[in-house]
Amino acid sequence: MTTVASRAPRTDLAAKPATMAQALRRAMRDAMADDPAVHILGEDVGTLGGVFRVTDGLAAEFGEDRCTDTPLAEAGILGTAVGMAMYGLRPVVEMQFDAFAYPAFEQLASHVAKMRNRTHGALPLPITIRVPYGGGIGGVEHHSDSSEAYYMATPGLHVVTPATVEDAYGMLRAAIASDDPVVFLEPKRLYWSKARWSPEAPVVVEPIGRAVVRRTGLSATLVTYGPSLTVCLEAAEAARAEGWDLEVVDLRSLVPFDDETVVASVRRTGRAVVVHESNGFGGPGGEIAARINERCFHHLEAPVLRVAGFDIPYPPPMLEQHHLPGVDRVLDAVARLQWEADS
Amino acid sequence: MEEVHALKKSSTTVQEPPGPVVHRPTPPPAWQPRTDPAPLLPDPEPYRVLGTEAVTDADPELLRRLYAELVRGRRFNAQATALTKQGRLAVYPSSTGQEACEVAAALVLQEQDWLFPSYRDTLAVVARGLDPVQALTLLRGDWHTGYDPREHRIAPLATPLATQLPHAVGLAHAARLKGDDVVALALVGDGGTSEGDFHEALNFAAVWKAPVVFFVQNNGFAISVPLAKQTAAPSLAHKAVGYGMPGRLVDGNDAPAVHAVLTEAVRRARSGGGPTLVEAVTYRIEAHTNADDATRYRGDGEVEAWRAHDPVRLLEHELTERGMLDGDGIRKAADDADAMAARLRDRMNAEPELDPMDLFAHVYAEQTAQLREQAAQLRAELDASDEPADAGQGEAR
Ligand SMILES: Cc1ncc(C[n+]2csc(CCOP(=O)(O)OP(=O)(O)O)c2C)c(N)n1
Repeated sequence: MTTVASRAPRTDLAAKPATMAQALRRAMRDAMADDPAVHILGEDVGTLGGVFRVTDGLAAEFGEDRCTDTPLAEAGILGTAVGMAMYGLRPVVEMQFDAFAYPAFEQLASHVAKMRNRTHGALPLPITIRVPYGGGIGGVEHHSDSSEAYYMATPGLHVVTPATVEDAYGMLRAAIASDDPVVFLEPKRLYWSKARWSPEAPVVVEPIGRAVVRRTGLSATLVTYGPSLTVCLEAAEAARAEGWDLEVVDLRSLVPFDDETVVASVRRTGRAVVVHESNGFGGPGGEIAARINERCFHHLEAPVLRVAGFDIPYPPPMLEQHHLPGVDRVLDAVARLQWEADS
Repeated sequence: MEEVHALKKSSTTVQEPPGPVVHRPTPPPAWQPRTDPAPLLPDPEPYRVLGTEAVTDADPELLRRLYAELVRGRRFNAQATALTKQGRLAVYPSSTGQEACEVAAALVLQEQDWLFPSYRDTLAVVARGLDPVQALTLLRGDWHTGYDPREHRIAPLATPLATQLPHAVGLAHAARLKGDDVVALALVGDGGTSEGDFHEALNFAAVWKAPVVFFVQNNGFAISVPLAKQTAAPSLAHKAVGYGMPGRLVDGNDAPAVHAVLTEAVRRARSGGGPTLVEAVTYRIEAHTNADDATRYRGDGEVEAWRAHDPVRLLEHELTERGMLDGDGIRKAADDADAMAARLRDRMNAEPELDPMDLFAHVYAEQTAQLREQAAQLRAELDASDEPADAGQGEAR
């Protein structure tokens, strides 16, 4: 995918700690200021600024034609975005919550993902589909799904998910600049995570499509993305006490998949655990583990393991802590890697 | 019990209006009753031109043009159906009986306008000027869309029902935002009006006042399901009222009538008046596609009754009566159509040129590593199969 030179955030935001939600907002704001073709579309994105306030102030600054409160209809939102993109606009649509994007799935699978292909390249669709996803915020039913496997299984889409504040800004700019549809999954439990943005250091991130090693180590590789990154980094800290030196790879992008970074890491460490909170069966981990096996078989000291959410519909909030893979489950898996290697 | 008690207790904290509660004769202030539903409602009878006074106002040039296009369209349907029998087309959904709708849809648009067709609307696409072979690639199976939609301002023929309708709304909306004079005309069948996308598209269009015309070809059936099982509405055009746009009913076998109603709807859209829903009452003479057996769900009598309203014959009759067409003119139209069909047959009998590597060429703007790998694999397989037939059999290999 094309690299986009992410630019420095402007000084009012710089220096101060910013949340991921603010960084996303800033990315849209800057994209809209740079390119009049960028339009925001969704439920409550205007006056309210989105239920997570990610589009806060955009309608006031750019007008309701650029940041539009649509009727309550996800297929309609994405379907009209298709037409807008056909006419040269760059729509950025917000699906209010993961499970409410399902009515739009038909538009996504039948048209958004295929338009470039079926028109022999004549009609690329530069649409960004922002989906707040994942659990851990105590949401009621239909507010915590991890729907990435559905999107991954649909050729023609890019599927990316930032896990840091800098990435939220840089990757969303790149997604909006992309000439292909991007499903931009926002880990909603990281919306309020903060980072300090320095005015001297512009936000330069790896282009989307590349994974990043967030922590180097020698004993095993944790392969993860989005909401599970913080879990893995914490687990890696805790593992030090056991004498395990864990490397953590943040995929950032599920489609395209950065085999190179993952393979280089696993070949170095010889062991891998894939960690994500969506269900394991038919989930992203199966694909990732298979890819590692195909490329690293002779370097592996143990089978590639998966730590994932259970294969259940997302549980009620009072039970979600049992479902979500936490530090302990990651450490247990790491322990199993060691044991199997020794036996 | 405790909960009930708690509820009761808290309800006493709600402020009571002073004095006794009286019945309020007026609705609350937020309620704004609509007083003008009538202009939105369709007339009870479909609009007709042929055989009525209105025909005297019709432009003779237009009538002759419509006739020529109807004859060509009829012939096109017959030729395409024949091509399915020869295996040249995978499938063909014929629009025989509906040619008036197809032709009018193409002719009411200006150059810069967009047409959003469904899988049945090949004739409309061809009447708009697209190369028939390009229009048929979807049905032949060599590529999904055989043309550049931007170049012709024709969206890809949509197979999923009603999904093209929100696209039309979005495009028209975008054009209006840019200040461009563009109208989108979207075609859909009677069955398609039951889909959620139909509702959402109409609603968006009305709220945004988008310059769109929704054109329903009510041909009586969605595959095997008759209209009565599709909707309980008095007509499909009635559905417009609930969205706040006018609904119009037209005789779909009366080409000048369809042309007139669509022209008015397009004019309205172009002048900022917003969307219109037009329902054309017509009939699908052939089966749903060549793969369908229509005798399972309808009788010959019904089909014959509709043949008496054949759109080509209706217009032919009118033009002959009015001295605008004679035997020579009829023969010339038929000959032109035959010539078109012969060209189509020849071109469709030529093998399409396929490049299997196209499979990977248009998935993303930039090839992903995975796709590069898979493309290399296919390349290798293709190279291997390109070997001469006896290669690989000798000891040397
Ligand atoms: C979303 C969707 N569901 C089902 C189908 C299968 N299908 C193809 S055509 C058809 C009937 C459509 O009837 P109608 O809208 O009246 O159009 P017509 O074929 O009569 O032109 C159905 C059910 C489809 N193409 N798309």
